[in-house]
Amino acid sequence: MLDAYAETGRDMRASAETTENQDAREDHVAEFINVSKRFGAVLAADQLNLGIRRGEFLSFLGPSGCGKTTALRMLAGFEEPSEGCVRINGSDMSAVPSYRRPVNMVFQHYALFPHMSVAQNVSYGLRQRRPRMAKAEIATRVAKALETVRLEDFGGRRVWELSGGQQQRVALARAIINEPTVLLLDEPMAALDAKLRADMQRELLDLQRSLGITFVLVTHDQEEALSMSDRICIMGGGRIAQVGTPQDLYDRPCNRYVADFVGKANILSGEIVERADGCARVVLPSGAEVLVSEEGPDTRRKIEIVVRPEALGIGVAASPGDAALKARITHRTFLGDHTEYLLEAEGIGPVQVNLPRQAERASGRHEVGDEVHILWAAEAGRVLAAEN
Amino acid sequence: MAMAQTRARTLLLTPAGLWYAALLLFPLAVVLIFSFGERNPIGGYAPGFTLEQYANLPARFAAFRNTLTLAPLGTIAALLIAYPLAYYLALRVSVRWKTMLLILVIVPFWTSILIRSYAWIYLLGGNGIPAFLEAIGLGDIQLINTPFAVLVGIVYGYLPLMVFPIYVALEKLDKSLLEAASDLGTPPWRSFLQITLPLSMPGVLTGSMLVFILLTGEFLIPAILGGGKVFFVGNALVDLFLQSRNWAFGSAVAVALIVIMLIVVALYTRVVKRFGATRDDVGLM
Repeated sequence: MLDAYAETGRDMRASAETTENQDAREDHVAEFINVSKRFGAVLAADQLNLGIRRGEFLSFLGPSGCGKTTALRMLAGFEEPSEGCVRINGSDMSAVPSYRRPVNMVFQHYALFPHMSVAQNVSYGLRQRRPRMAKAEIATRVAKALETVRLEDFGGRRVWELSGGQQQRVALARAIINEPTVLLLDEPMAALDAKLRADMQRELLDLQRSLGITFVLVTHDQEEALSMSDRICIMGGGRIAQVGTPQDLYDRPCNRYVADFVGKANILSGEIVERADGCARVVLPSGAEVLVSEEGPDTRRKIEIVVRPEALGIGVAASPGDAALKARITHRTFLGDHTEYLLEAEGIGPVQVNLPRQAERASGRHEVGDEVHILWAAEAGRVLAAEN
Repeated sequence: MAMAQTRARTLLLTPAGLWYAALLLFPLAVVLIFSFGERNPIGGYAPGFTLEQYANLPARFAAFRNTLTLAPLGTIAALLIAYPLAYYLALRVSVRWKTMLLILVIVPFWTSILIRSYAWIYLLGGNGIPAFLEAIGLGDIQLINTPFAVLVGIVYGYLPLMVFPIYVALEKLDKSLLEAASDLGTPPWRSFLQITLPLSMPGVLTGSMLVFILLTGEFLIPAILGGGKVFFVGNALVDLFLQSRNWAFGSAVAVALIVIMLIVVALYTRVVKRFGATRDDVGLM
């Protein structure tokens, strides 16, 4: 139910984006401008350029060591860029220490103060304000923040008495009570078990919508990023690989790295034999010819194609109109709503095909060892841009 | 299962138990009994039951006064010097230098305190620092055989015992707490007072206890650097047991010292605990 809601919300934002893109003056709450960061000889962030839009939920996604945490820490002010600058609300943050930045962070291991109660932790940011905020005002806001994270009765507790999920809510309350311009989340769900994580993700989304604060999340969990974000910034080797809506990244990955990282992908090599607007006829190593979509000017003949497992089908015989590849089934995994087949395609190698329950019911079940045809509908695949 | 556990506990605790019983509890009981007895005319102990020895305690007032002023002063001075050093070692120095500097802190332990204290006799004596001070025109200053000399010796000798517990407490400190404080709007000096200092209190407590307890029993440094003018209770005990052989009075002095020490330690622990972290597992290391 909530997921469906998230879906429509995202689509609305996605369509808004197209029009927004035409407007050169986007409302950026934070920006990375040519930002690089070196730790000794290691280049942790390499020429980052990114605008974070006001009110959006943006995720930095990538494997460990890809520079996503460094990017977040530069926003928070824990690391200084070696080159370039970070802007928040349009002003350069280079000379602004973390304690003067209008952002707050939820730390990976929460970093709650062990010598303070829950209420003291939550009120900490307000108590740092000078001139001092009135005690009554602080108490009201703490109560409201604890209510937001559904810990109304926990104010007097010691933080180490709480469960992991509760500690995380305290960390969240401690950050949002300050009404930051941007809320930074550093893998906040990594330490929670799967069930709790799903609940927390939903709550975070609801919170983000009700508060209207810009959220920037760092995660290595692609499902988390796909399900929560308005936009995802995929990073690798200190660089931004691609920025886009989850659907963009899934449907139009710009290169092999992104295709591989977001969702399951079959990546095949091939040679273009003919081009027509937005389309290319490609011959695969097995000799089979397939029709794939292609964007932009590209003069290469040898290319790579990405094709998602659910875009392919399996048939006993090649059906007319589909390009067909001979293959043998090596693994079959039933996963409830769909079945994952791993096939060894002749002259190509392993290919994964996901059949939804219905499709399987219609075509009949295939067994391991069966000789079948992989059905490839026109334009199911996509030419990948060359990696630089 | 339960029996195996009991046996394991017996095995683990027996050596230390015997050791403490033979060398701590038994002597303590003897001292307590002696303190209610009388001095044998030819020296040593004569059985009896009297409070005379305790009534006589004011005769050693100077020793108690010196111990109870210089031991706390020495502890405080050591703390004030050790904390910044421990802070630097735990939070500021690069990993490369850390081990080296930590070794340097304990290097003095490789030489006997006796020899090191003799070195201070020279440094604080007429040809040492006073001569230098006189040469630059600061006048004739007596350093050796003063309470100050004893204090210097104490701080010098006991500093490592203060540095290490504080270093360990600061080293254990989760650095992301300092980032969190900064993220929530706290400038560095304030986060030191609000986060670092309270969370390092267990180390401060341990170090102070170690130094203070050992200092109350100290007799070597006052004897060497105090030149017989700055007497500690430890010196009084040496005198009473070995010179005047008044074992009964000596025992009373020892018991009084233990009682005073326990009271001070209890009070100090309460104060520090209130100020510092209250979480049980960081109470005492």
